[in-house]
Amino acid sequence: MTSITLDHIAHSYMGKPKDDSGYQLKPLNHVWEHGLAYALLGPSGCGKTTLLNVISGLVIPSEGRLLFGERDVTRLPTEQRNIAQVFQFPVIYDTMTVAENLAFPLKNRRQPRLVIEKRVAEIADMLDLTADLNRRARGLTADAKQKISLGRGLVRSDVSAVLFDEPLTVIDPALKWELRSKLKRVHRALDLLMIYVTHDQIEALTFADKVVVMNDGRAVQIGTPAELFYQPEHTFVGYFIGSPGMNFLPAEVRGARAHVAGFEMALGATYADMPKGRNIQVGVRPEFVAGTRGAGLPAQVRRVSDLGRKRLAYVSLAGHPLVATLPHDMESVGETLNIAIDAANTHVYLDDVRVAGRAP
Amino acid sequence: MTFALDHIGLSVGGTNVIDDVCLTFEAGSLNVLLGPTLAGKTTIMRLMAGLDRPTSGRLLLDGRDVTGVPVRERSVAMVYQQFINYPSLSVFENIASPLRVAGLPSAEIESRVREAARVLRLENLLQRLPSQLSGGQQQRTAIARALVKRAGLVLLDEPLANLDYKLREELREELPRIFSATGAVLVYATTEPSEALLLGGATATLSEGRVTQFGPTSAVYRDPARIEAARVFSDPPLNELAVVNQGGAVKSADGRALGRVAALASRPDGAYRLGFRADAASIGPPSPGALSFEGVVSVTELSGSESFVHADVGFGVWVCLVEGVHEWAPGQTVNVNVDPARMFAFDGQGDRVRARSPAEVAA
Repeated sequence: MTSITLDHIAHSYMGKPKDDSGYQLKPLNHVWEHGLAYALLGPSGCGKTTLLNVISGLVIPSEGRLLFGERDVTRLPTEQRNIAQVFQFPVIYDTMTVAENLAFPLKNRRQPRLVIEKRVAEIADMLDLTADLNRRARGLTADAKQKISLGRGLVRSDVSAVLFDEPLTVIDPALKWELRSKLKRVHRALDLLMIYVTHDQIEALTFADKVVVMNDGRAVQIGTPAELFYQPEHTFVGYFIGSPGMNFLPAEVRGARAHVAGFEMALGATYADMPKGRNIQVGVRPEFVAGTRGAGLPAQVRRVSDLGRKRLAYVSLAGHPLVATLPHDMESVGETLNIAIDAANTHVYLDDVRVAGRAP
Repeated sequence: MTFALDHIGLSVGGTNVIDDVCLTFEAGSLNVLLGPTLAGKTTIMRLMAGLDRPTSGRLLLDGRDVTGVPVRERSVAMVYQQFINYPSLSVFENIASPLRVAGLPSAEIESRVREAARVLRLENLLQRLPSQLSGGQQQRTAIARALVKRAGLVLLDEPLANLDYKLREELREELPRIFSATGAVLVYATTEPSEALLLGGATATLSEGRVTQFGPTSAVYRDPARIEAARVFSDPPLNELAVVNQGGAVKSADGRALGRVAALASRPDGAYRLGFRADAASIGPPSPGALSFEGVVSVTELSGSESFVHADVGFGVWVCLVEGVHEWAPGQTVNVNVDPARMFAFDGQGDRVRARSPAEVAA
């Protein structure tokens, strides 16, 4: 049972930077708990791969300590860290059978034959590879090969962590569902620490117990999928999670009311006075802004987008763009639309960071 | 301009890779080719571009046969999934390259490149080399090069597949707008149903080299004509079951009575296939009118505001979409309700069957 601790881990390619902007990976303290599945989510260049590489040993961080359990592994090479890795593209031996490919990491560590056979059978069963065990890997499709790569990553039960670097990028959408749910089932069954890098929010949210959202080298929020959705701590999380992301409107906040572009709206909490001259915004997800035939704020409709399961109205509220959800029974929309904003799911942000209000 | 594929086929080594494809695209229209890998999207685009020659059928430009006209004599631009730029040329020269080949005056080149760079937000990057750009900027450069050509036919082959999720969301919104302003026929290939819906326009669903349906995107989504079209246009995958119909009352293949499906009421008795999307299923006690299935939860995935429950119902694993955050534990037994009005029924040939109106039945 090992957890992995990041103790003031930071990385810069040019020595000790004068301020935070010089870091590729900004200082971070975090404990990855054994048995949990984590996702590292963010756009390219956000530092998620650098962080994964720090854990795997491909990058030695310029600051801080990395602990596997109590053991300091900061400077140890990858092969002494006891981790398994799965990459974006399949890494397997074409000339070996599927069974030999799966057994390879165990054979390398001179495990007894019976142990190997049992474990290979178990992993093959979980990933639906049993029927292919005696086939050579060469003739298999890219999807099947990636399944073998996943299997090889999972076959050792004694690893400190399994690291996945965008493992489903090459997989077709329909099969992604299958592989993702398999991976999640395997995780439940195997009691491993898994860390999964992706830029795809659906992959991150559906796979992980906890998601680390990264932007510009910084972990801006670490939370459960529900926390990231209902309570984004940073405007970046509001924007990045959700499709489309959160609406933000410049506002003045007084107590439990916000004044936005000449309109007044209710907030779900009471706020202390905000400092002057700072960037104050209210944020509310499109899911909590509804088109209504009843009372609401008057908005101009720019366009309506039919997403099949739901329809969205892209509107303008006194010149500010806003996305609203249309109720199922609202068949047609004119040039103007009244919108109702759910106060309980409206948040206040001061310089991009969520401000906690007092419950009413 | 109208561009038409008239019974286009391509046979390779005796196998029909593309089979009898008929599609007509109008100027200024946005058309999505939707299908999984190997469905024939790229092959159809290459045939349209003139990069490959069909073994049967004709390509018609405003009714004129252009089947044999080589690619360089056609007004066509193509953008690939894997962005391609000249590594030794600046962004400006990359965008300008088709205009230099065409021998346009340099003032004209300058103004067209500046305009395309403005639209694609590359203005401050024009002097950089491709290697100094992010993936999104490189792909925008490739798209700008397609834009400056002012081609009558623009083919975008999964242009956003290699880009970040959020960047994809933004470019997906901009691309149709950028190209529709030029009046070009825009054809966009994707594997993702959600991308087709976001783009709108018209969609052709593809399976194994054949077009299974073509029409306005939301109409194809809501009203699939064949089972392949419904499958291709469902993410999570279409949930399916085989049933036996007896005057609208359906039984599962193992003989269990399931309930009534209106679409099958006036149809001959016999074997059919029902398909429905994840959001047509709910979890809860059996409810009147719904078809109910007992299932064992294999996994629950959360996506922020929604939960995808994977349940094994005995003849397959279904995905049910439930609003809100719920954690059904693996192994737990649940009841899955499906609204029969939101089930699609297909006959043995895979053709959609709908409820007949009383007049049709009388006739």
